[in-house]
Amino acid sequence: MKPDQGPTRLSAIASFRDPQGPEGLPMAKPRKTPTFAIDPPAAATRLPWHPPAPPVPTALLISLAALLIRVLVSVGPYSGQGAAPKFGDYEAQRHWMELTLHLPASDWYRNTSDNDLAYWGLDYPPLSAYQSLLHGSLVNASLPDAVALRSSRGYESPESKLLLRWTVLSSDLLVFFPAALWFVWAYMKGGIGISGEERREGWTWLLAMILISPCLVLIDHGHFQYNCISLGLTLGAIAGVLSRNELVAAFLFTLAINHKQMSLYFAPAFFSHLLGKCLKRKYPIVEVMKLAFVVLGTFALVWWPFLHSYEAALQVIYRLAPFERGIYEDYVANFWFSTSVLIKWKRLFAIKPLKLMSLSATILAFLPSFVHQVKSPSNLGFLYSLMNSSFSFYLFSYQVHEKSILLPLLPASLLALKEPQMYGWFVYFALFSMYPLMCRDQLLLQYIAMLGLFFLIYYSPGGNHGKKLNISCGAKVILSLPFVCSLLLHISYLQIEPPKRYPFFFDALIMFICFSQFAILTLYTNYKQWMLDTHSRSIGVKKDL
Amino acid sequence: MASPTSPATSAAAWAFAAATCVKLLLVPTYRSTDFDVHRYWLALTHALPARQWYTDASSQWTLDYPPFFAYFSRFLSLPAPLVDATLVSIPVPDTPPFAHLLYLRLTVAFSDLLLLGSVLLLARDARRRQRPFLALVLVLWSPALLAVDHVHFQYNGFLMGLLLLSFYFLEQGWDLAGGVVFASLLCSKHLFLVAAPVYFMYLFRHYCCGRGVVKGLGRLVLMGSGVAAVFAAAFAPFVYYGQMQQVFNRLFPFGRGLCHAYWAPNFWVFYIMLDKILAFLLRRLGFNIAIPEASFTAGLVGDSSPFAVLPKVTPITTFLLVILAMIPCLVKAFSNPQPKHIIRWVSYACTCGFMFGWHVHEKASLHFTIPLALIAMDSLNDARHYFLLSIVSCYSLFPLLFENQEYLIKVMLLLTYAALMWVGFTSHFAANSDQEGKKVNRPGSTVKKNGFIGWVGLSYLLGIAAIELWSRVFHHHVFGDTLPFLPLIMVSLYCGVGMMYSWMWQLVCIVRHT
Repeated sequence: MKPDQGPTRLSAIASFRDPQGPEGLPMAKPRKTPTFAIDPPAAATRLPWHPPAPPVPTALLISLAALLIRVLVSVGPYSGQGAAPKFGDYEAQRHWMELTLHLPASDWYRNTSDNDLAYWGLDYPPLSAYQSLLHGSLVNASLPDAVALRSSRGYESPESKLLLRWTVLSSDLLVFFPAALWFVWAYMKGGIGISGEERREGWTWLLAMILISPCLVLIDHGHFQYNCISLGLTLGAIAGVLSRNELVAAFLFTLAINHKQMSLYFAPAFFSHLLGKCLKRKYPIVEVMKLAFVVLGTFALVWWPFLHSYEAALQVIYRLAPFERGIYEDYVANFWFSTSVLIKWKRLFAIKPLKLMSLSATILAFLPSFVHQVKSPSNLGFLYSLMNSSFSFYLFSYQVHEKSILLPLLPASLLALKEPQMYGWFVYFALFSMYPLMCRDQLLLQYIAMLGLFFLIYYSPGGNHGKKLNISCGAKVILSLPFVCSLLLHISYLQIEPPKRYPFFFDALIMFICFSQFAILTLYTNYKQWMLDTHSRSIGVKKDL
Repeated sequence: MASPTSPATSAAAWAFAAATCVKLLLVPTYRSTDFDVHRYWLALTHALPARQWYTDASSQWTLDYPPFFAYFSRFLSLPAPLVDATLVSIPVPDTPPFAHLLYLRLTVAFSDLLLLGSVLLLARDARRRQRPFLALVLVLWSPALLAVDHVHFQYNGFLMGLLLLSFYFLEQGWDLAGGVVFASLLCSKHLFLVAAPVYFMYLFRHYCCGRGVVKGLGRLVLMGSGVAAVFAAAFAPFVYYGQMQQVFNRLFPFGRGLCHAYWAPNFWVFYIMLDKILAFLLRRLGFNIAIPEASFTAGLVGDSSPFAVLPKVTPITTFLLVILAMIPCLVKAFSNPQPKHIIRWVSYACTCGFMFGWHVHEKASLHFTIPLALIAMDSLNDARHYFLLSIVSCYSLFPLLFENQEYLIKVMLLLTYAALMWVGFTSHFAANSDQEGKKVNRPGSTVKKNGFIGWVGLSYLLGIAAIELWSRVFHHHVFGDTLPFLPLIMVSLYCGVGMMYSWMWQLVCIVRHT
């Protein structure tokens, strides 16, 4: 407040039309009114979409902006654009459309004369295949050449790119967006671990954080994948859990698993939370049976064409679990890759013991959060547990892609209001872990723009998120060390030729830094999850149940 | 004046940074031949001496902007050799590599900094009140500006920045600076000449008159010499080279027709349509009406009249009409020159130029929609008008981006902006009417549910969706490949209605309230 400006402003009061006085000061006593009331610095930056903006149009505005950003990113190149003969994920999806459109379901997962499994064979569960069939028939209606059997291999044209991009955009709009809106609604209604003020002000920010998740946008609309569907289904399931529609949640989550088997990363959290909830109820067995019935029923429904014989089902399962591809494929910021500098896992162990090791490590990693949710299930604990279990899979499970970081990112974005600093930090390093991939896809421009947009929205004026951190100078230096390293690596990755003996020197370095940050993050969220218990015990756990 | 660290300025800078990210994402999109034009100008001004700027014809895209823009081009080309020497060598490559595209796109984004600076200065209005943040955002996030500058490729952000800068000086009462900045705007793009009468009238009355004869004359001389100095700085080299005739021919190509190839949604659309309808009716009645040789859809019109019935329109006619339409505003500026009205007057003058001018481009609607954004939140009626106008003006630019790839972009840009205005205006005026209920005494000024723009406005805007649906989907089914220009004509006509409304609304507003 600047009282010296007071008199000059008094004349302005009479014609004052600004919205920036939320306090609604009485006009009768202008002399006592500080300047602050006319031009309150905080309110001067009141964003148009902050309250008292009507909620429904505001949600529409944020969704439109999120969609606009997706459309803009989709102008960029896709993975493997013009890179014959193997191309990339775009060609994989197009090829699956071609296969599912022209072949009977029984041949989708089998090596036949028309289906060469070595060339982008279908390796996602049946729901993905149905989605390919749906999109394939849509593409077929307007551009049959792009999905013609055999002859369309490596088909690329501006029209086909546009059509396929639109299928992703529409899936995102139809699955992920409603799920995000439902989640924010359920989260705010449940009042999960937030104060009333945050609930009033924070929901727009939370919605923006979930919808404008830069990694998801870049992978789906830049690189070209359909993660929005499986993540959207998972998000819907989470919203279902929060709004106590457990059966809907079970149904949606089963669909998510059947779209991408990676959704299993979340399974321990869902299982433990729902189990813990059921155990707290009057007839635990009945509750569990109901859930099991829904899950099995959904599975049966999705797998129906493959259930006629044992072999057919096994063939699909075999395609879904490509153990022969090794414990890690590309450069990925997980435990196995990062420690492979010291211990050559691939050389020392055969596939079988490696499988066992990664399985046990994963289980050990998610066990604490699992036990916690069975013991005392709570909504907030559930969100933490989702993050912990998906992180444990990302860090320790078998055959992880760098894109799998999207899975822990989803629950992290849901926790954005609760843990703003953690989320900002996480998004930055998650993006960084995708940096080599983005460079390969020639999406550097989109990467920079999304990084900038995300942090601009993250630090949007008028919001008080990400500014609360009170830490000492020394801690700041330590915290900023990996950040500075990452900045340097961003530049050196592009500019400096890596040493001849280690052509992937910088990739490895990037992954190593990201791994260290991810490990710290997951330790932190595990700790937070366990601390919730001691904290909420004083408030009362029953509220959440 | 707002201190540089006040929250409003940092919020506006934030909005600009967000827009810059969007501009980065727009880099790989479609660009029109204007991209080649500016690419050539960049190389021309860098590689050749000023003597050849207006005479070089090594490309079909000859320089037809005034000298300041050429200097500006030269300034933007300075770092180019560091990127790629072929970027500024004549002749320019036919198919530019991505680095060239990126460089030119970045120069546009960079030159928008002037717009940001002006908007930051304008964060406080003529009465030293804080302008609502949304008013600033409406300028910085204008979808029309994004589409024209960052997709189609032009430097309107820079030019609008100059215009807004002169507004700032005038609003603060620094008339000399305002006049000089406007003069330099004229020397960058002469299309703004249409605003010159208002500037002249306002500056004459506000700066020179009412201070005694001697002081007034002194100020007149001061202003005159300031403006003359600007023009001298721009044109003196070319006078020295003896190329003024050549420069003038380049700047004012009156050989072009009344309408651009795509008709701007202005008064002449109705004139042409009336002519066609009259010709049709008279033919039905048995009169012998010759079909005019020149056609409008071909764009270029020679000496023969393209009208069958109505009298031929000449540049002089359009000039007189523009001045005639502007007279109320000039009278107001003469009788009561107040800094708080300058934005409204200049916008109105640009609107007149757009409505009645010769060979108007649809892009010229930017020249008044952008300034009007600044005053869009002054009253509920302003907000209603701006809501309608900005949507119509942005929609009328849709045919510029005709490729499929940009279709969703332009639609989403417009929809997002419309939603932003809807949310911002309703919450702004709802909050206001709550706060000062008794001040809002006009019965229709409170925002009721769905009552923001009224049923007429809403159905007009929904009509846009219907037109769009027709031209994208049904036209092809009904007419096949015949009548390819019909959708464009429909867009022009329909937007023309909105533009006529906007012009009349502004006229009424100026007559009543200034």
